[in-house]
Amino acid sequence: MNAPSSAHERSAPADPPGPRHRSGLTGRLGRWLIVLPPLVFLVVFFLVPFAFAFKISFAQTAVRIPPFTDLITVGSGGVFGLSFNLGNYAYLFTDDVYAISYLYSIKTAFFSTILCLLLGYPMAYAIARSPKATQNILLLVIILPFWTSFLLRVYALEGIIRDGGLLNTALQWLGIVHHPVKIMRTTFAVYLGIVYSYLPFMILPLFATLEKLDHSLLEASADLGSPPWKSFFDITLPLSMPGVIAGSMLVFIPAIGEFVIPSLLGGPDNLMIGRVLWDEFFNNHDWPVASTVAVAVLVLLAGPIALYQHYNVREMEHYG
Amino acid sequence: MRSGRLSFSFTMLMIGIAFLYVPMLVLIGYSFNASPLVSVWGGFSVKWYGSLLHNRQLLDAALLSLEIALLSSTGAVILGLLAATALVRFRQFRGRLLLTGMINAPLVMPEIITGITQLLLFVSMAQMFGWPHRGLTTIVISHVVFCGAYAAVTIQSRLITVDRSLEEAARDLGSTPLRAFWDVTLPMIMPALASSWLLSFTLSLDDLVISSFVSGPSASTLPMVIYSKVKLGVTPEINALATLIIVAVGACVVFAGYTMRRAERQRDQEMQAAYRQPAG
Repeated sequence: MNAPSSAHERSAPADPPGPRHRSGLTGRLGRWLIVLPPLVFLVVFFLVPFAFAFKISFAQTAVRIPPFTDLITVGSGGVFGLSFNLGNYAYLFTDDVYAISYLYSIKTAFFSTILCLLLGYPMAYAIARSPKATQNILLLVIILPFWTSFLLRVYALEGIIRDGGLLNTALQWLGIVHHPVKIMRTTFAVYLGIVYSYLPFMILPLFATLEKLDHSLLEASADLGSPPWKSFFDITLPLSMPGVIAGSMLVFIPAIGEFVIPSLLGGPDNLMIGRVLWDEFFNNHDWPVASTVAVAVLVLLAGPIALYQHYNVREMEHYG
Repeated sequence: MRSGRLSFSFTMLMIGIAFLYVPMLVLIGYSFNASPLVSVWGGFSVKWYGSLLHNRQLLDAALLSLEIALLSSTGAVILGLLAATALVRFRQFRGRLLLTGMINAPLVMPEIITGITQLLLFVSMAQMFGWPHRGLTTIVISHVVFCGAYAAVTIQSRLITVDRSLEEAARDLGSTPLRAFWDVTLPMIMPALASSWLLSFTLSLDDLVISSFVSGPSASTLPMVIYSKVKLGVTPEINALATLIIVAVGACVVFAGYTMRRAERQRDQEMQAAYRQPAG
């Protein structure tokens, strides 16, 4: 019973299962003991919550705990009532603030991702071309900020870019500007914050693809008379595309819903959708509208997340 | 010509590293500023560190956050180890694609979405079953989900590289499968377990958005207190606290990385030595 299935699941065909080897770790039961706990836990606490958000986006606010109406009500005599309220979705279209913040989030995430790519690509390239020993140190240097606090790093950046901060002092001292430039509470500050916080996420997948790049291809291309910039666009860039896409998605997707960065570095105009959701929830206590905004963000992110999953799963299956 | 491109990318590398580190170094410098005004240097002082010790609100929040981080990171490693084992060792099972998706999605999902959806679940569950109460429990569950995803990915990439013939050898010698995994494979993936525990710990300690949603009115974690203070502007006490956290985490990570690399090198050498022994 177990032998054929275990032959199937082992990837190495040269390794026929011996009579004492039972499939997997401890047979069928053990297999489910390993698979089920993470599967069930994540379904319940990661997947099912989206269904609840979807459900509550059709509810109405109410002065009660929790502050929204039930969709299904059981009236006297066991009559079921179903109240389906599309008003929250209509509301998102009537108040400009949602459309504006929605588009502004896309724009901000897009340009920050581009900036991150422009800075991260040469950095990853330089690391990939370093000697092995230096490579490890450089990678540690890049990853270390990711380990330390995200919130505190945004706060640290604020210390640099605020009006009397180090950046302005340095610019004035160098004579590049004569009056302090306003960086803090501008769109640029938000871009800077996202690039600063997410740069390691861009560099690591880029490094992973650039490191695997076969250098002899570039040499062959040079031997055949191709100038380096052309070799770069013909060979290096296309081959590193999986890294470019993975890195960009790792920056773009979380940046769309970013709350801390626009809240601490942006001004009142830098209204990203994450901030709107936060205010709807914590200041207006309108849970149904906040859920509706969450659903709207998810609709926007479905494509990018699918793209990221596609590349990621392929990469993992490739190794596995 | 190629060296020209390399020197360009090296310049960018140096600029990028400076960009990553200068703000933190400046913050550390300012934490020793005697003057409460951030733009004025009032001389060297450690008084802000002293006043941290008397700030009850910050200390309570720090203790709560440490407790949450300890529980979450332990849970996350268990979840990650099970998920990674399932994905690496079992090529086919029902729900495989679902599991792969669910350990990758939390890595990119905006925290604000995870936070609000999980809160809505917890509230509905509390309505139906009277459990869980919002606070420590709900924060830990939420953190196990997103830290567990990081742990699963880290452990998975390590488990893939483990030579299965060693485990099979142990089984040929009469070990039970569980015993063989425990004695042979587990020590080999220990570095990944340790680093994912550490990563989960720091991610949990740092989380603001998800915790804000799922915590009740009574529980305030350290990032929540820091955020409410920082929102009002740069404060010298937070500079001191941030310095302590950045230095402590940085030192831990560097030390752990160094120790693990050394242990790994030693293990590799022992393995090579073992392979060189004549078979007999």
